[in-house]
Amino acid sequence: MIAAMIALSALAGVSGLLLGFAAIRFKVEGDPIVEKIDAILPQTQCGQCGYPGCRPYAEAIAAGEAEINLCPPGGPNGVAALADLLGRDPKPLNAEHLDKPKMLAVIDEQNCIGCTLCLQACPVDAILGAAKQMHTIIARECTGCELCVAPCPVDCIHMVPVAETISTWKWTAPIIPIKPAIPAKAAA
Amino acid sequence: MNALKRLFPFHGGLKTVRHKAESNQSPIQPGILPARLTVPLRQHIGAMAKPRVQPGDRVLKGQMIGQPEGYISAAIHAPTSGVVTAVESRPVPHPSGLPDLCVVIDSDGEERWMDRQPVDYRALHPSELRNVLRNAGIVGLGGAAFPSAVKLNLGGQSEWLETLILNGAECEPWITCDDRLMRERAAGIVAGLRVMAHLLEPREVLIGIEADKPEAIAAMTDACAGTGYEVRPIPTRYPSGSGKQLVKLLTGKETPVEGLPVDVGVQCFNVATAYTVHRAIDHGEPLISRVVTVTGHVRQPGNIEALLGTPFAQLVEQCGGYRDGVERLIMGGPMMGFALHSDEVPLTKAANCILAASAAELAPEQSVMPCIRCGACVEACPADLLPQQLYWHARAREFDKARDYHLFSCIECGCCSYVCPSHIPLVQYYRYAKNEIWAQEKEKEKAELARRRHQARLERLEREKQEREAKLRQKAPGKAPLTPGPSPTRGEGSPDPASSSNP
Amino acid sequence: MRFKTVTSPHILQDTRVGQIMRRVLYAMLPGIAALTWFFGWGILINLTIATTVALLAETAMLAARGKPLALHLGDSSAIVTAWLLAVALPPLAPWWMTMIGVLSAIIVAKHLYGGLGYNPFNPAMIGYVVLLISFPREMSTWLIPHGLDQPQAMTFLETARAIFNSELPARFAPDALTGATPLDVLRTRLGLGKTVTEIRNSPVFGIVSGHGWEWAALGFLLGGLWLVYTRAADWRIPAGMLGGIAVISSTFYLINPQHYAPPWFHLWSGAAIFGAFFIATDPVTACATPRGRLIYGAGIGILVYIIRGFGGYPDGVAFSVLLMNIAAPTIDLYTQPKVFGARHR
Repeated sequence: MIAAMIALSALAGVSGLLLGFAAIRFKVEGDPIVEKIDAILPQTQCGQCGYPGCRPYAEAIAAGEAEINLCPPGGPNGVAALADLLGRDPKPLNAEHLDKPKMLAVIDEQNCIGCTLCLQACPVDAILGAAKQMHTIIARECTGCELCVAPCPVDCIHMVPVAETISTWKWTAPIIPIKPAIPAKAAA
Repeated sequence: MNALKRLFPFHGGLKTVRHKAESNQSPIQPGILPARLTVPLRQHIGAMAKPRVQPGDRVLKGQMIGQPEGYISAAIHAPTSGVVTAVESRPVPHPSGLPDLCVVIDSDGEERWMDRQPVDYRALHPSELRNVLRNAGIVGLGGAAFPSAVKLNLGGQSEWLETLILNGAECEPWITCDDRLMRERAAGIVAGLRVMAHLLEPREVLIGIEADKPEAIAAMTDACAGTGYEVRPIPTRYPSGSGKQLVKLLTGKETPVEGLPVDVGVQCFNVATAYTVHRAIDHGEPLISRVVTVTGHVRQPGNIEALLGTPFAQLVEQCGGYRDGVERLIMGGPMMGFALHSDEVPLTKAANCILAASAAELAPEQSVMPCIRCGACVEACPADLLPQQLYWHARAREFDKARDYHLFSCIECGCCSYVCPSHIPLVQYYRYAKNEIWAQEKEKEKAELARRRHQARLERLEREKQEREAKLRQKAPGKAPLTPGPSPTRGEGSPDPASSSNP
Repeated sequence: MRFKTVTSPHILQDTRVGQIMRRVLYAMLPGIAALTWFFGWGILINLTIATTVALLAETAMLAARGKPLALHLGDSSAIVTAWLLAVALPPLAPWWMTMIGVLSAIIVAKHLYGGLGYNPFNPAMIGYVVLLISFPREMSTWLIPHGLDQPQAMTFLETARAIFNSELPARFAPDALTGATPLDVLRTRLGLGKTVTEIRNSPVFGIVSGHGWEWAALGFLLGGLWLVYTRAADWRIPAGMLGGIAVISSTFYLINPQHYAPPWFHLWSGAAIFGAFFIATDPVTACATPRGRLIYGAGIGILVYIIRGFGGYPDGVAFSVLLMNIAAPTIDLYTQPKVFGARHR
């Protein structure tokens, strides 16, 4: 009886020590969850999620206030990554424009009146210009968020799809007719 | 004959069909001068050359029309004399079938050379000599088209070079351009090799040639007499001509994962590259032509020394045209080459072979079956990978896991697909996975840049707000500025885009 | 001119899944011939029943799953499963037993898991274990091999009646036809405290192992070596399994030769040879890495010996294979080959 008690206590003590040691030794100096979520978001700062930018959305997700499927630019991959990180169920993207190609904003420089409204709208300062001067968009830095389109009083900003070039072309996954016999039935 | 030297076989590989005899019986024929040449400005790995001519310009044969941009790049030259008619996007040989920037030259038929200056390579400083090669547009002609000047600069990567290897393996079926070049121009190859050896100062120089090319071995052995360079016949086993595998075969050294042969003190060049080095140094001729094998389902297969920019259709024409039933036009060999969309694309530096393939040359199309994990691919993989694991993960889009299984050690040699009894297009899955990973990394970089720029903007807005408030406080009934005027302060605090590639 | 664009390589070796499967079938023929010689028509009747049921079940499942029939039936994998199972069944097993076994194998163990290539467990062994657990008495009733006490062989009709109607021919005494297998005899008599030498004097034993059985093992060995030679099976799995049996049985034999049968007896008994070359080598459920396959084989070998010597069944190939099937992914994970360039030079 006493022997058993001693043995059990000793066992508990040793386990406790081990656990305590492990907690110190293998401590994960992890980023706070907001940082991790923010790293997954595409940083277009487009506000399509209903939050004023990617970080506020990340904070809302971390606080459990927002669903993980509100970010159209992140696409299904983004939702999957968030689901993976947070251990939540992946959900279909909450948007109609699923397969939207990547877009860039382009200013029709003939019609630009230099009002600077778009400069103020751009979340990443990718528009170059000053009052009464023609504006232009730095293509490399444009995230395609479309926030500059609405403020333009003369409708001179257009979203154009990014053309595929040899340097951006990708091999696709092989398309294998898995069910060539009855494809219609499989789709139904 | 050399005493049988020890070889260090690599794991896996294949005995494939050979089909060398179709095209290696007749000498290299000069290409017919085309009326119009389309010269792509991206014919090498690295940055596209910057065009130096405009439509309307007259150019001389060998004149530089594209200037190297950045360290990893190579110059592009006019293959003949004539008039530039366009600098625009044209179809180029690429698996995508997409167009790329090209200089279009209408030839005047006179072949007037620019001023050619042979160089005494011993008199030049190594960096000047490398510059000569860079400006001569010399790139690896084995297929990868990596700028040779970069590879000829050990610069800090290693203190000295143990072994310089010249790759004459030509392990892919059908291709014979290196075979013919070695038979006919061994002296030129060795002259170029001498320049390379001068730059790299290796302790030994080895020339690896597959044993099924006895004539080439004999010619190269003769040409190497008295130089100390050693010709080493190697077993006929695909992919012995792949850089890392050849290095292992000849020296026993394994190139580290994600490293280069130079990390183990070895550098490797193609025989045709050595020949172009010789032309550039001893004759002052930049790289404007190459030997290309035209074979398969054409009437008279053979090798042509053609000007870069010559349309594939014309090269096929020169070899008697297609025989009936050609289904696929392959640039490169049947194991690693890619199928072209059209034959109206120009010859590039990387094009070592044009293989017109009919059902007779190709494998019959097979239905894809499920993987039965038979392990044939594991046996065949020369990179010691587990191809089926890579396949499962690539197919499931688990790219991180594919990476853990060393996806990026895959050399896309095609051995796994070749032996697969289920006929799974394994290589395409790997290319797909690699491309997706690269694209994701680019996206990440872009997102990081956007994040930092957004951060900088928020800080700027905050700063401006405080400044405004401070001003308001100073002169109490003052006027606030109408616009925040972003541009003067734009960029302050925002990251330097050039350094943003470091996540 | 427009051309077809497909990815490299543009040439392929002419091997097919169906070819590999059919090689397995051919390789089983010598062993099947020997079994038929010693145990009569029952072997062939079982094979026929199993093949028919397997093909019907495979067709039905493929159709239900919307797969192209010609392509997948052509791979012959269902026939391989059927044969592997049929060869392992007692020669007079009632027809419905064979059918239940095959249906469990094809429908449950194979197609419910996703069909060829996706099943984690060896289908034939699942079918066998289902029968072994459900009908232990029938599964251990073997015919006495030809050439022993058995006065006369059963005719084809008598055998068929036994299998389809469960009637044994009246001209034989009930105990004259069936008896325990050599491994069973060894097991029960060791339990009675006899020594191995005494037991080996029993007429059920032949030159190396069981009378008749040893010739079937030889047949399967020949077929198996051919399979390995043609690379339809990886040599590492049989090598590992037979090596595993050899090592562990030698160890015990050296400790006490009177209580433990010699290694050659174990290697040559029961389903050891057949299992090593035909069952364990099923690539779908085995390990995929080269080193992993050796370990996988050795694991099966050791488990077979443990079950034979210390477990509740006379032979243990089926259980061992299934147990190692579970372990295969983990073994694969820890036996990945060093990739090119990761080695120290």
